[in-house]
Amino acid sequence: MTQKSMRDAINDALHLEMARNPNIIVLGEDVSGGAGGTSGQREASGGIFGVTKGLLPKFGEHRVIDTPISESAIMGAAAGAALAGLRPVAELMFADFVGVSLDQIFNQMAKFRYMFGGRTTCPAVVRLAMGAGMNMGAQHSQTIYPLLTAVPGLKVVIPSNAYDAKGLMLTALRGDDPVMFFEHKALYPRKGEVPDGDYTIPFGEAALVREGEHVTVVALARMVVFAEKAIDGLAKEGITCDLIDPRTTSPLDIDTILESVENTGRLVVIDESPPRCSVAADIAAQVASRGFRSLKAPIEMVTAPHSPVPFARELERAYVPSPQRIEAAIRKVLQE
Amino acid sequence: MSTDTSASPLSTERLLQAYRQMRTIREFEERLHVEIQTGEIPGFTHLYSGQEAIAVGVCEPLGPNDYIVSTHRGHGHCIAKGCDVIGMMKEIYGRADGLCKGKGGSMHIADVTKGMLGANAIVGGGPPIAVGAAIACRNRGDGTVSVAFGGDGSCNQGTVFEAMNLAVVLKVPTIFVYENNGYSEHTGVDYAVGSGDIAGRAAAFGMPAEKVDGTDFHAVHAAMTRALQHARAGHGPYAIEAVATRFYGHFEGDPQLYRAKDEVKRQRESMDCLGNFCRTAANYGIDEDTLDEIDADVLALIDRAVSEARQSPPPADSELTTDVYVAY
Repeated sequence: MTQKSMRDAINDALHLEMARNPNIIVLGEDVSGGAGGTSGQREASGGIFGVTKGLLPKFGEHRVIDTPISESAIMGAAAGAALAGLRPVAELMFADFVGVSLDQIFNQMAKFRYMFGGRTTCPAVVRLAMGAGMNMGAQHSQTIYPLLTAVPGLKVVIPSNAYDAKGLMLTALRGDDPVMFFEHKALYPRKGEVPDGDYTIPFGEAALVREGEHVTVVALARMVVFAEKAIDGLAKEGITCDLIDPRTTSPLDIDTILESVENTGRLVVIDESPPRCSVAADIAAQVASRGFRSLKAPIEMVTAPHSPVPFARELERAYVPSPQRIEAAIRKVLQE
Repeated sequence: MSTDTSASPLSTERLLQAYRQMRTIREFEERLHVEIQTGEIPGFTHLYSGQEAIAVGVCEPLGPNDYIVSTHRGHGHCIAKGCDVIGMMKEIYGRADGLCKGKGGSMHIADVTKGMLGANAIVGGGPPIAVGAAIACRNRGDGTVSVAFGGDGSCNQGTVFEAMNLAVVLKVPTIFVYENNGYSEHTGVDYAVGSGDIAGRAAAFGMPAEKVDGTDFHAVHAAMTRALQHARAGHGPYAIEAVATRFYGHFEGDPQLYRAKDEVKRQRESMDCLGNFCRTAANYGIDEDTLDEIDADVLALIDRAVSEARQSPPPADSELTTDVYVAY
């Protein structure tokens, strides 16, 4: 199998499906870049993170559309194009820019099907680059997915590795509902085994990343990588954990988490988002409500603090849940 | 303002159909104004009376594969684009067999199969959606277009600026129709639109724009014909500012304290698009009896719509969580 970065795995999925389905268009800021520039190089960037590289030369300007910096128009155009029979993949260069385009996402594309009595579909995929770790400050580093997970009508996908990213993207591109596809910026260069061909990963099916008996750990995106580190360290002491990566937060595979908690009796939930109304809080609440009798210890949440994402390296490191904090939380639930 | 006084390029049959639609919109709204007071109709309703010539003048030359995106004041656009009038009435009553199964209501009526991509309760929410639909039109290469209806209020929303610029940049066939009815909710256009010139704003984005008398069906239709020639030929977007008035408040129940006491009365006399149409109908070879026959038909249709809506069942509780997703 080929080793590929998550960036290339998503790029792979886009190439594959755009070749298969002429209705797919890609739009966003600098998705190819270079339009109106002086170099004459038409594809000057291929997306700020290179995820959409090579699409313009292959599929042309009618399907790979560079837009002005107008996030509301980008999201709205995706919604309208989807109503009119296309399958748009719209890029929000940074997930934080949801702030200037939220209406088109949560009032428009999320609600069309319901408001119109089920008589339409809105198969738009929105790609959002998220996450801290690159010192980009408070307006370019947030996770945002808790906000959109709360919106009925949207599906929310948050891959933690290259293999999942490709399979989940292909599912997104073949589904009929609007999908928010969150890509953690720090994961883009991380390589994993990715088949060249076609495969899909269904939404709402968690991955069991590690199997163990003492603690259930739930993590998303980059936190899966950190949790693996913590769990693999503890394994040397004979402490073993189930590590569950839900992969999608809407729909959420709560059953796999509940089954694991039934076996372990202990739950640690990790979320790079601030704690209030986070996915961690949601999972903790559901397990407390539906799995209370299995619990042998209070649930531990490891999250970012209730603060904006800071800029300085030291502060940002302190903001993001670390393998050390995850390890400490696992030890804590075992003490009860 | 341009007013076309030459003979209509439309056949008598098409003119009569346009009149029928305008009259249907008028009677639909006048009847709603009465029925809302019975308390049977839930929620917010924004009536279109007074602006019928705009919806019909714009939609008459559109084909079934052209798209429109509407506003919170959307009943007129729906009827003009061919949505089922009885289904609409049932929807406004919140009934199970309404056009959107009672899940949308007055502000969210849609029929995508008719190219009607929805009324929209967010002022300025529609134009970006219309640009997206126009990308689909352009990519299909079949000469279809999208129309973004908006009020004078919407022209102050950033989304609308973004949509106009994007349409110009991508050179896609969106026709922006601004219905200037004099008021953005309870605030006058003279106050709220900084330059006072909506068409001029659109022109500044780099598209042809014109201002027409929105109470004159023929003038609106002629402007739309020019817009369509431009857009269907692949020259990009076009804008029309149509000036009219609304005969009712922003929403039903609005006491309209911002309007002079006799303003609506005066406007019903001087700015009634249906009155204007009828006054000049003879010039187009249409006699009064024919119009009267249409009026009678329309009244019967609206009666039927109200009576069927009243008898229709409400949606079942089991419908609450259906249609959120195709599959979840």
